[in-house]
Amino acid sequence: MSDTAETAVSFRGVTKTFGGKVIANKDVNLDVHKGEILSLLGENGSGKTTLMNMLAGIYFPDEGQIYIQGKEVVIKSPKDAFDLGIGMVHQHFKLIDVFTATENIVLGLEGKLNIKDAKQRILEICDKYGFEIDPDKKIYDMSVSEKQTIEIIKVLYRGAQILILDEPTAVLTPQETEKLFMVMRNMKADGKSIIIITHKLHEVKAISDRVAILRKGEFIGDMITADSTEQQMTDMMVGRAVKLNIERKEPKNAKPRITVDNLNVRDMEGIYKLKNVSFTANSGEVLGIAGISGCGQKELLEAIAGLQKIESGSILYSQDDKPDKQLVGMDPRAIKELGVALSFVPEDRLGMGLVANMDLSDNMMLRSFRDGKSRFFTDRKSPRGLAKNIVEELEVVTPSIETPVRRLSGGNVQKVLVGREIASSPSVLMTAYAVRGLDINSSYTIYDLINKQKENGTAVIFVGEDLDVLLELSDRILVLCGGEVSGIVDGKTTDKNELGLLMTKKGGDNNE
Amino acid sequence: MSKTTTPREPLFHIVKRDELTAKQATMIRVAAIIIGLIVCAIITTILTGDNPIKVYQTIFKGAFGTTRKTWITLQNMSILLIISLALTPAFKMQFWNIGGEGQVLMGGLAAASCMILMGDKLPNAVIIIAMIVSSIVAGAVWGLIPAIFKAKWNTNETLATLMMNYIATQLVAYFTILWEVPKGSGKIGIINQDSHAGWLPEVGNKYLLPIIIAVLITVFIYIYQKYTKHGYEISVVGESENTARYIGIKVEKVIIRTMLLSGAICGVAGLLLSGGINHTITTTIVDGQGFTAVMVSWLAKFNPITMVATSALIILMDRGAGEISTTFGLNESFADILTGVLLFFIIGCEFFIRYKLSFRKSNGKEVKA
Repeated sequence: MSDTAETAVSFRGVTKTFGGKVIANKDVNLDVHKGEILSLLGENGSGKTTLMNMLAGIYFPDEGQIYIQGKEVVIKSPKDAFDLGIGMVHQHFKLIDVFTATENIVLGLEGKLNIKDAKQRILEICDKYGFEIDPDKKIYDMSVSEKQTIEIIKVLYRGAQILILDEPTAVLTPQETEKLFMVMRNMKADGKSIIIITHKLHEVKAISDRVAILRKGEFIGDMITADSTEQQMTDMMVGRAVKLNIERKEPKNAKPRITVDNLNVRDMEGIYKLKNVSFTANSGEVLGIAGISGCGQKELLEAIAGLQKIESGSILYSQDDKPDKQLVGMDPRAIKELGVALSFVPEDRLGMGLVANMDLSDNMMLRSFRDGKSRFFTDRKSPRGLAKNIVEELEVVTPSIETPVRRLSGGNVQKVLVGREIASSPSVLMTAYAVRGLDINSSYTIYDLINKQKENGTAVIFVGEDLDVLLELSDRILVLCGGEVSGIVDGKTTDKNELGLLMTKKGGDNNE
Repeated sequence: MSKTTTPREPLFHIVKRDELTAKQATMIRVAAIIIGLIVCAIITTILTGDNPIKVYQTIFKGAFGTTRKTWITLQNMSILLIISLALTPAFKMQFWNIGGEGQVLMGGLAAASCMILMGDKLPNAVIIIAMIVSSIVAGAVWGLIPAIFKAKWNTNETLATLMMNYIATQLVAYFTILWEVPKGSGKIGIINQDSHAGWLPEVGNKYLLPIIIAVLITVFIYIYQKYTKHGYEISVVGESENTARYIGIKVEKVIIRTMLLSGAICGVAGLLLSGGINHTITTTIVDGQGFTAVMVSWLAKFNPITMVATSALIILMDRGAGEISTTFGLNESFADILTGVLLFFIIGCEFFIRYKLSFRKSNGKEVKA
């Protein structure tokens, strides 16, 4: 490793195991230089977050040393980490909704509290690095990107010199990502070291100076970003050559399958979550749905799946020459009994799609437990068979099919869920953020499965957040903004810029 | 570099274990019970000066000393077991039914009222059928009311079931005054003492009936939870209502159905207490077992088979308490202290099943560095 730059952090022989068997990190030697942006790249379960958590004082290494500015340190708690100038922004924000930005930022600091001074300092930090926030705004009024900004300011306020950002761009629009990158460059110019964990290779290229790669808990190597290609990074990360494009075949024989007309959904407070939404999803086609998170994607899918109270509008299901079926007012069981094979991979995999504490085969039963010969007793044999098939065909890594799904890694959980949902050969397949948190390999497995369904004539509705993926996978893309359809564009001809603009344009042309 | 601050690892840290095998977990639990018994022995010696082995022997003798004592122990055990089993499906559904006391009491009241109102007027078989039906219905209704509130308006079931206990107690108090024999005594006394009308028939001997019913219900609940569609629905609703809705389970229906079952089985316990064992009804006939059953069910982690053991432990200590108080002149509460210590170890060992302590390795590291 180069000794030209001053090192801010060094890991030496750091090992961390969980329960003696699972090795999260093994003998990791890694340096982070002063004033650089380092991308930490690796598949799911390769130990990126664990390694960073040890730096942030959340975990304690089993073996090895951590050096900060050349000095050996022991980081026993997040407080120790703060004292050493290390701040971590986690994937899940840790903010108090009813407090203002300022209150959240100073929360937990010792000494006399002076909100006015604190506000002044926060504004100084904002000026220095180019953040835009209102210190008096309450968290519940904030967008995801604003909340993230607060988290970053929080660590800067505590004087962090070393920042760790765990998948910061997963929740941002392209425009917001660009803004974040600008801020990161400002921080770097100020001499701070930044470690960013991300799965998106084009972002690695755009922002980082150096890439460090972990595979199965081990440090594989690092490279200067400018001198390497995305393909090289992927191959190093996976350990073999990977094909990096999604195949998009022309839709065959596309006919309307789901026709949504003037759909309105309101939440408990009476606020419109979906307003006058109309579109058609065709058989043999992938309809991508783009939008900033919380713009009605969840409500739309749940409305079609029969999980959402619908105020007005219609959802028609058409297949072959049979008469159209109205899905409004039906619950999932009634939809199934209508003979509509509708599959749904919800965003909340372990909280909705699967039962975390049940094993694989019991989770297969969720869809099929009402079948079987007996009226009272469950048929346990077929779900077991299905579980075995899915484990084999989708290469799910699990000790056995009797393992509770909560013990599987994110990618494997998703394979189990998607596997179950497509097992019933659906005529409609809806997926919400199907590859969120998944590594490249698992993601491509999921894309392949979706494409196979499309070829079989299934109408696929794919809600996604990564615009690059949406652009490669979808035949058409519907953009939601604030619960309204702001545009439906052709996936082959549109670009990221157009989508980004539609995502922030309320209500389409006629409403402006 | 200065060597002023030698970094030191903390003495130990808590590490999450990999999931243990059933065998390893059992070993930890057995070890916990043994350690618990040893600690109990030490406490006994310090506080009383008595020989702990003797005290244990006496406790055991109190429960199983004679054939009659053994039968009573088994009978008590079966009532506690039935109530625990009744609560279990509700708990599995994460519906915290702490109203077992009231549900049993209502079952008992229904049975007793049949005995009083129909006694000597109708054929015995009719009375008994009426008792069975009415006690099951009464228990079920007592479970149903909080279930409806929960299902329709998402009220807190813990409070609702708890309050229903007091209503049941007051109802029994009211009817006790109404039906008291003799007038002014404030109690009903043995009902139909001469005719035995409505007394549940003896099977084999007078202790066996509740035991047989307990065995049947144990098997039933075990199969119901493990192999039926209802049981599966209960687990899904308990684990995640969102998932239940997602697959089209009507959560409200499952809550109501399960609480009907829970209350109905409590009603059976009431029937046995009032029609089979005591042949009367009092406000204290359930004697807190509706609450003890909560613990029995939890200790067994809602497994009906394990519940046989946990209810046995509680009853053993309870029956032994009387014996050591007479033999050693100890307060009856002393047995409660021992029970408490044992439970502390049994529950506490769950921590060690999930976590382990990882101690600092001696020096090796510093030498290497």
